Amino acid sequence: MIEFLNLPILINHYLILSSLIFFLGVTGIFLNRKNVISILMSIELILLGVNINFIAFSYFSSDLTGQIFSLFILTVAAAEAAIGLAILVVYFRNKGTIDVKDINVLKG
Amino acid sequence: MYYSILFYIFSLFVILSSIGVITSKNPVYCVLYLILAFINSAILFLFLNAEFLAMLLIVVYVGAVAVLFLFVVMMLNINIEEKKSKLLKFKPLSVILGSIILVEFLYFLIIDNSTLEKLSNTQNLEQKNNTISLGNILYTDFALLFQMCGVILLVAMIGAIVLTLRNRPGVKRQIIKNQVDTKKEDVIEVVSVKNNEGA
Repeated sequence: MIEFLNLPILINHYLILSSLIFFLGVTGIFLNRKNVISILMSIELILLGVNINFIAFSYFSSDLTGQIFSLFILTVAAAEAAIGLAILVVYFRNKGTIDVKDINVLKG
Repeated sequence: MYYSILFYIFSLFVILSSIGVITSKNPVYCVLYLILAFINSAILFLFLNAEFLAMLLIVVYVGAVAVLFLFVVMMLNINIEEKKSKLLKFKPLSVILGSIILVEFLYFLIIDNSTLEKLSNTQNLEQKNNTISLGNILYTDFALLFQMCGVILLVAMIGAIVLTLRNRPGVKRQIIKNQVDTKKEDVIEVVSVKNNEGA
């Protein structure tokens, strides 16, 4: 156990952490079929995992471009959350519910 | 050694709060777990020398996005329903995918990362401060992308306002055109009153 803790933290650990968060987000989309807000939060988790991946690569390859890309992901995620929540509010105002199984007007 | 222990502690917090996000029944708890995951990931970003992004994660995500989520959750007043477990429906697929991912994780833990060390040839980290070096390449090499980010945020802001704006009937509003167009003759009536017949 002590030898396990003495190992240096390499990029592998960060990659495993980021992919765990990513797949937890994907699992959240599959698991929460109830309301759309949970799906939006799962998308935020996915983007968080991607950010950790980019920043880990940026640190271990000493290139700052990954952090720039993560900055842009943050911006786009904020815009996406604002638009998604606005659509959600308008939908709730019209239909009175945000269940995923009720959103089938298009019969897709 | 302390670094490793801290990394394991904070990444455990991130993973546990992510599990909390996707399994909580109450959406308010989901948002609070999301905030916890963001804060712990900001600490992990500090381990990776990304101080500016760590602070940005706290300011933008915890300060704006998560509060927006919380506001919408409280405003919509969602009734908490009992979630039935849908996992059994996907059981064969999830067992196959999970075992593939587990094998990949173990493979990543075992192999060394000597190939990545050869990959690092670009050196734009020579400045003393993370924020300074980030700004030095953000406003020069990535200036066009930076401007496009501004356009994206502007479009998102206008879109959110247009989507949620509505005119309810029966609500008195200030109509500026009517105020400006008002003439003196419309609102003032000059009446000549005889003596002792006023009131």
